[in-house]
This record gives sequence, structure tokens and C-alpha cells, in this order.
Amino acid sequence: MGTDHHIILRVVAKVLIPVIALYGFYVQFHGDYSPGGGFQAGVILAVTVILYSLIFGVTAAMQAVSPGFARAVAAFGFILYTGVGVATLILGGVFLDYDALIAEPAGGHAGQHLGIILVELGVLMAVTGSMVAIFYAFAGRVTEIRDEDW
Amino acid sequence: MTGYEGVDLSIALLNVTLLAILFVVAISMARLRSLFAIIMLSGIYSLISATWFVALDAVDVAFTEASVGAGVSTALFLAAMLLTTRQAKPERGVMKVAPLLVVLVTGAILIYATIDLPGFGDPNSPANTYVGIEYLARSQSDIAVPNVVTAVLASYRGFDTLGETGVVFAAGLAVTLLLGFGERALSSARKSGAKTSGKTKKGQQDGN
Repeated sequence: MGTDHHIILRVVAKVLIPVIALYGFYVQFHGDYSPGGGFQAGVILAVTVILYSLIFGVTAAMQAVSPGFARAVAAFGFILYTGVGVATLILGGVFLDYDALIAEPAGGHAGQHLGIILVELGVLMAVTGSMVAIFYAFAGRVTEIRDEDW
Repeated sequence: MTGYEGVDLSIALLNVTLLAILFVVAISMARLRSLFAIIMLSGIYSLISATWFVALDAVDVAFTEASVGAGVSTALFLAAMLLTTRQAKPERGVMKVAPLLVVLVTGAILIYATIDLPGFGDPNSPANTYVGIEYLARSQSDIAVPNVVTAVLASYRGFDTLGETGVVFAAGLAVTLLLGFGERALSSARKSGAKTSGKTKKGQQDGN
């Protein structure tokens, strides 16, 4: 074992990364009540992967979250958003009219809430996947970041 | 700018201070040559902008600026910097003054445009008279989501947000197609993974 002078960074990151991910999910699912939503939560979740790869190396991050998975998540998120729109079309509403999702008496909001949750989930997945894929595309070209490179 | 009713001196002072810091950071970014320092300063610039947005009561925008501008953009710029040199080349000849001229002309046009802007928080401004008021009045009975920003973003303007998501996805797709999937690092790790584990490899590099 060589001298690891990044040990403080590694230890702190190990504690912080789960907390950051948890905060990302909080931002996502609390977006109805407080500032935040799919875009911000997606970026925060992407940052956890990026932070991990900055500290533990890109290859380690790619073994945890593979580039193909990131791309698939991005595409699925966009499909999910569009799919909600198509589903409302099929169920007799106009595009992205969430009231058509659930048949309920006038004044009910379950359809709106379901639509918003699904759509925000799509945004979260598209943003997280795209950001991680972009980062991998940049960072994957240099195999390992050495200290002198900074 | 004409100011608004009940103008608060402390808020004005806060605005001036934050804008002054933004100005100083921008000038130092323009003068620096080390790309690493410039990227870090741009992150600081985003964080201070986010603070300023909070002072302007635009919490959602501030949140986005802090997470996108200061968080992921900084990381992406750092990753992009690794692919190029660490120092920007000094500009020569006409390129030394041309950007300054462009900035000055654009700034003059923008300042000229602010003369026609409604005052901050003006109830008669276009943003507060047409559809915005309608959203505020109806969103609780239409959608019943406490955060009106989310209601507008995801439901009233769902089509816009679909476009924004598409832009983000297209950006990811474009970068991936242009720069490759980045899986070279993964495949080389798999090849060498049989012989050396990741930990000893890292130890060797740190020892260099």
C-alpha cells in the first residue's frame, strides 16, 4: 500500500455520498411542498455518482453505475414523460392532461397528483442519466486522474 | 429602475454587496489563465447568484442555480478540463479588445432595456397581470399541490417541461455520440482487473 494522502477526502465522501443521495430523493418527493423537483433532484443524484468518481476513480464509479445503465435510465425517463402524455391521449384527454389518468368525480385531484409524480420521476431519470452519461463521456477518456493533472 | 413600495435599505445593501462580489469574481475570471481556478470561480459565481436569487424571493430558481450551476456544471467543466490543457493561451491582436467591445455594447443595450422594465414586484407588470395571477388563484382548486411552482411546471406548463427534459436528454445523447460512451476506462479496468485489483493499482500511482 502506498501512502494515501486523500484518506480524509475518501472517508468524508463515504459518509456524505449517501446523505447527498437521500437529500436528492427528499427534493424529488417533497417537490410538491417545497422548492425543488425532478430537475434539481436529478442533478443532485447525478452529483453523487460524479463525486464518487472524482474521489474513488472513474473506473470504480463505472463498475457501480455502468455507463449503459446511465444511458438506459436517461432514455427511459424521457419515454416515461412522453408515455404519460400518450396515456392521457389514449384515455380520452388531451396530451398531458393528467385529469384523464384516473376516472374520478369532478373536483378530484388524484389524476393530477399521479400525473405530476410520474412526470417528475421521468424528469429525474432523464436528468440523472443524461448528466452521468455526459460526465462519463468526458471523464472516461482519461483512464485515471493523477494528482499532477490538477 | 423605479424601485417599489416599501423599499428596504438592508435588502438594497445586500443586493449591492452580492452584485459587487459577482462583479469582482467575473473580472478575476476574465483575467485568470489557470483553467482550474476559472472553473472554481465559476462555481463560486453560481453560488453567489443563487444567494442573490434567494434575496429576490426566487427560491426555486436559486435552488436550480445552486445545484446545476455550482454543482454539476463545475464537475462537468472539471472533467472537460482534463481532456485539454490546464492553462488558457493569451489572446493576441484584435481578440484582446473585440470581446470587451461586444460586452460593452451588449451591456449598454441591456441597461437601455432596463429603463422600460416594470419596477420589482410591481403588481401591474405584465408578469403579474395575465396568466400568472390566474395560476395563483386557480392552482389550489385545479391541482391542489401546495407548491404553485411545481403545479405550473409539471401540469399547466407540462408541455414546456417535456421540451426541457427533451433538451437535457438530447444534450446527453449528443455528448455521448460525439465523445464516445466513455467505456474505455471500464474495459481497460476489466482487462487489468484479473491481474491487479483496483486498490493496489491506485497505490502504485500515488507512489509515483
